[in-house]
Amino acid sequence: MFDFLKGYDLLGAFWVTVQLTVYSALGSLIWGTLLAGMKVSPVPLMRGFATAYVNVVRNIPLTVIIVFSSLGLYQTLGVMLGADVIDDINFRLAVLALAAYTAAFVCEALRSGINTVPVGQAEAARALGLSFTQVLRLIILPQAFRAVVNPLSNVLIALTKNTTVASAIGVVEASYLMKDMIEAEAQLILISAVFAFGFIVLTLPTGLILGWVSKKVAVKR
Amino acid sequence: MQLRKVTAASAAVLALALTATACGSDKKDSGSGDGKKITIGIKIDQPGIGLKTPDGKFAGFDVDVATYVAKELGYKAEDIVFKETKSADRETAIERGDVKFIAASYSINDERLQKVDFAGPYLLAHQDILVRADDDSIKSPEDLNNKKLCSVTGSTSAKNVKDKLAPKAQLQTYGGYSECLTGLENKVIDALTTDDSILAGYASQANFQGKFKLAGFKMTNENYGIGLKKGDADLKKKVNDALTKMVSDGSWEKAVKANFGPANYKNEPAPKIGNIVK
Amino acid sequence: MSSVLYDAQGPRAKQRNILYTVLFVLCAAAVVWWVYDGLAEKHQLDWIKWKPFFTSSQPWETYIWPGLQSTLKAAFFALIIALPLGALFGVGRLSDHRWVRVPAGVVVEFFRAIPVLILMIIANAVYSEYTNINTDDRPLYAVVTGLVLYNASVLAEIVRAGIHTLPKGQGEAAKALGMRKGQTMVFVLLPQAVTAMLPAIVSQLVVIVKDTALGGAVMTFPELLASVRPMAANYGANTIACFTVIALIYLLVNFALTSFASWLERWLRRNKKGKGTAPGGAPETVGTPSLVVDDGRAV
Repeated sequence: MFDFLKGYDLLGAFWVTVQLTVYSALGSLIWGTLLAGMKVSPVPLMRGFATAYVNVVRNIPLTVIIVFSSLGLYQTLGVMLGADVIDDINFRLAVLALAAYTAAFVCEALRSGINTVPVGQAEAARALGLSFTQVLRLIILPQAFRAVVNPLSNVLIALTKNTTVASAIGVVEASYLMKDMIEAEAQLILISAVFAFGFIVLTLPTGLILGWVSKKVAVKR
Repeated sequence: MQLRKVTAASAAVLALALTATACGSDKKDSGSGDGKKITIGIKIDQPGIGLKTPDGKFAGFDVDVATYVAKELGYKAEDIVFKETKSADRETAIERGDVKFIAASYSINDERLQKVDFAGPYLLAHQDILVRADDDSIKSPEDLNNKKLCSVTGSTSAKNVKDKLAPKAQLQTYGGYSECLTGLENKVIDALTTDDSILAGYASQANFQGKFKLAGFKMTNENYGIGLKKGDADLKKKVNDALTKMVSDGSWEKAVKANFGPANYKNEPAPKIGNIVK
Repeated sequence: MSSVLYDAQGPRAKQRNILYTVLFVLCAAAVVWWVYDGLAEKHQLDWIKWKPFFTSSQPWETYIWPGLQSTLKAAFFALIIALPLGALFGVGRLSDHRWVRVPAGVVVEFFRAIPVLILMIIANAVYSEYTNINTDDRPLYAVVTGLVLYNASVLAEIVRAGIHTLPKGQGEAAKALGMRKGQTMVFVLLPQAVTAMLPAIVSQLVVIVKDTALGGAVMTFPELLASVRPMAANYGANTIACFTVIALIYLLVNFALTSFASWLERWLRRNKKGKGTAPGGAPETVGTPSLVVDDGRAV
């Protein structure tokens, strides 16, 4: 019944999806946290930059951003991100674009998390003489992160699904393979079911595990 | 009532959106209907073959052939409705009767012959590569090893090269040929591969003249035919007659020169009807 | 401008801020210069590549406007079909009956777990294989189907969250009046929940508009992003210029939608304050005053 899978590297394609997800998740977490920090910082220009960044990136389709990363960064500006084979370059560019896009959503989630921290926490920290970065790093962000595990897990699930857009610049991940298979093989319904199942396997546990984590780490108030 | 106000506001927005979108969908003629109009499937994004030009008209060799054939079938130029047929949709469009016939860089092959009939061929093209005019490093297909080769998603041209000729070639795929050309122009991509007719069409564009050249590898034979409904022998004969006439009265040669000429594209002589070069 | 996160700034802090600002500007300027220089060196900023957009209305009339129309059409249909479906499933998940609640939950979770792109590819293949839809319309059908399946499940969650934020008294009062469960839902809870969630629904429209681009990039739907193809083919593969213009149009359209959403949210809040006991309003996540001044965005 599953003969049609022969000759296709199904696991390999999903492995690329997983790698895209993991690397871009890490990248977006770092960049998103920095953006959130900028957004609440005392320097007006940085606040403005973070706000503008989030508004611009959120309102442009991911497809455009990913195509830009390949066409603009690589084909025009010659950015190769330390790789020299096209497949690697495209993979890294896709990670960069996904991270840049997802960071906007991480930033928004974190900012709402910062809002859940009681004002007294920041006031007490300042009374102890902590500087802005110390307040943020030691007091506010640790509490904010614990409050936003759930929203962040939604962002992560969205990211997992968004990796399919990388096929637009020729990264051979799950959706790229699926399109190839639909064109070449007759078992349309079975192929669809296999790929749908693959994504459910990837996203459902993420949601469940992080949902459990979010209950575990929630700050009792 | 606040709710009612909100509902009214959203209703107004929806109504606006409706009118804004509705005016775009003027009804087109469905083709095989009343016998006055004729719908022909073409490509709209391939310079030299079939291209939607900024004034909303269509230009290219396929368009010229289709116009000539339609004229011979008894339709006036203003009665022709051109419609985009994507590669993957061509057989379906013919089977469903969405178009009367298709002239869209449509190669005749056995798989397609099971679903549709072909008149022609009217052009013999070959898979070739396009390189920068000053790049002399690629003299044979084998030189593509370790080079960066670009093609479009879903096309078999790039795979052909990699599987048969240059296994170490690096492939880049994009949604359209234009993206490949940007890379080629910027010296990141080394070669773009597809049918030489399409490549010649790109290279003949005013902005590109003198920048790119065809390598002249005849890697495959592509017999462009006019696709039409299976079993429609009458139409097939009429189209074939029209194509024969187009060649004999010199219009064919003129169309080739006009659309591919500037690229220094050496076209094959007009193919004989029914003579498919394997 | 002051915030609870940092002290009021003295002279030294102000100086430091100016230093940071200058450094930041320098970094930004360096990046901008690098991009500008790179583009100019590869002749991507040559006037000939950008000219068509400024000197003639033709590219706008022939390629961009029809593309934008398709984008808006697909987004509009997707929203009006997904909204009632979403409400249905959202309410279904709150049902007292297991046999309604569980299937509704499964459907919602299922379609939320699968990428829209994959839903679109599957829909396109299914329509092409098993139905007789005109090849002109099929991409639109496929795009709308993919968008509806995904967004209905997202909207279901939005509606469910909206109903959860309503004060308990609403349902209890309806019960006290002798309304049946269905009546309570349709006449009391749902209208309030949808109203309260309007900003979130409008924000979802931004997501839908962005996702239509998937139909153009990977399938054959002739929307705004796909209009780049014939356009760039005509103007000498000026892809960078074309994509930039298209990105700006997306930005404008979506920015208008986002602004509308925040205006809607503010308007609902204001009205809520005026009336005292009017429906939910935007869900307030915190009881304590917030550390950061919220700019009133919905999502």
